[in-house]
Amino acid sequence: MPLDKNAIAKRIAKELKDGYYVNLGIGIPTLVANYIPEGIDVVLQSENGLLGIGPFPTEEEVDPDLINAGKQTITMQIGASLFSSADSFAMIRGGHIDLTILGAMEVSENGDIANWKIPGKMVKGMGGAMDLVASAKNIIVAMQHTDKYGKSKLLKKCTLPLTGVRCVKKVVTELGVFDILPEGGFYMVEIAPDVTVEEVQKATEGKLIVAPDLKEMQIE
Amino acid sequence: MINKVVSGADEAIADIFDGAVLMLGGFGLSGIPENCIAALVRKGVKNLTCISNNAGVDDFGIGLMLKQRQVKKMISSYVGENKEFERQLLSGELEVELIPQGTLAERIRAGGAGIPAFFTPAGVGTEVAEGKEIREFEGKLYLMERWLRADFALVKAWKGDTAGNLIYRGTSRNFNPMMATAAKITIAEVEHLVPVGELDPNYIHTPGIYVKRIFEGKNYEKRIEQRTTRPR
Repeated sequence: MPLDKNAIAKRIAKELKDGYYVNLGIGIPTLVANYIPEGIDVVLQSENGLLGIGPFPTEEEVDPDLINAGKQTITMQIGASLFSSADSFAMIRGGHIDLTILGAMEVSENGDIANWKIPGKMVKGMGGAMDLVASAKNIIVAMQHTDKYGKSKLLKKCTLPLTGVRCVKKVVTELGVFDILPEGGFYMVEIAPDVTVEEVQKATEGKLIVAPDLKEMQIE
Repeated sequence: MINKVVSGADEAIADIFDGAVLMLGGFGLSGIPENCIAALVRKGVKNLTCISNNAGVDDFGIGLMLKQRQVKKMISSYVGENKEFERQLLSGELEVELIPQGTLAERIRAGGAGIPAFFTPAGVGTEVAEGKEIREFEGKLYLMERWLRADFALVKAWKGDTAGNLIYRGTSRNFNPMMATAAKITIAEVEHLVPVGELDPNYIHTPGIYVKRIFEGKNYEKRIEQRTTRPR
């Protein structure tokens, strides 16, 4: 059984450290909030103007004036704060966010990311992704290793319009955990259970380098 | 204190003309000027340029104006929730300028603050940077973005007083405070309109100087796009 989205989110949650301010993108990254390790205090930022995202509301708590970047209803943590979109992106561009986790359509071996446009097909816009990737100190991409046609999303060079250049530090997929080397290349530090290096190689178009001390991905 | 109260949305937007450039507050459907949008649809004003983070959904928010073909151009950061928008865009009926969200927010803030341009790292190395001045500061590349200003800003607040002071609620604040500063005429619709003196000056988000007209909106639907709940 390959790892599912929740397992990817669980693995990424292990990257969170006590005291971090974190921005979670839409999709798999949103799920990371469900797996924050015990005993660790992190504050989640919502780009539409909230620090301190709480759990989803109960039916009675639903408030149309409280939503996240994915337009889902949310609650506020105790100690939360609210602000405008200009303040929110001042926080982001100013380098005050410790970790950004976002999804991608493609990542290249030098850390370029494409996640906002498929020419002629999909025109949704970049939202806050370009501001986030241009400024964040630490960017982790959470995504499936291949697209729905089985094509690799870890590439030598992105084919889609870029969101940002040389910014991704780490990629977590259902097959493994990959650090992006400053000189270029996906450095596999962890491999998913029951997956072989050959299988990862086959699914990776970009340069794959296997760590000598390759470990198995710990999910639980 | 100067009294800025008008009777309602129709009076507030009466002088919005064909071809006007509008800013509309809101993120998704949260904090959108529902009453003003309904009045613009009634008035049937056309060829509008709308600056708004999103374009509403098919049957609510700016989507209602798109359906009536009132919008010539949209300036937004994310428009993924609107099928009619996508159709008009791909068929070439609608012009669109997509801008990184933080750049959009800052361009509007700059417009209101009298800053004609600024440098941001967002979009460097992407098609957003095409044709823009790039400069290096302390070893990192930035691109120049210009201010955004409008003929009218339509903002939505939770509470407001007769002098135009505004307080927003929750994440419905979003783009509203910057937009309120960046237009020739700012129209504020509020859920609760109160006499001057009732709002604590310590908690005003938008000072009344920016607001030209204010009214208490009616029948707020405050539609939710993604109702997501947990069991009790």
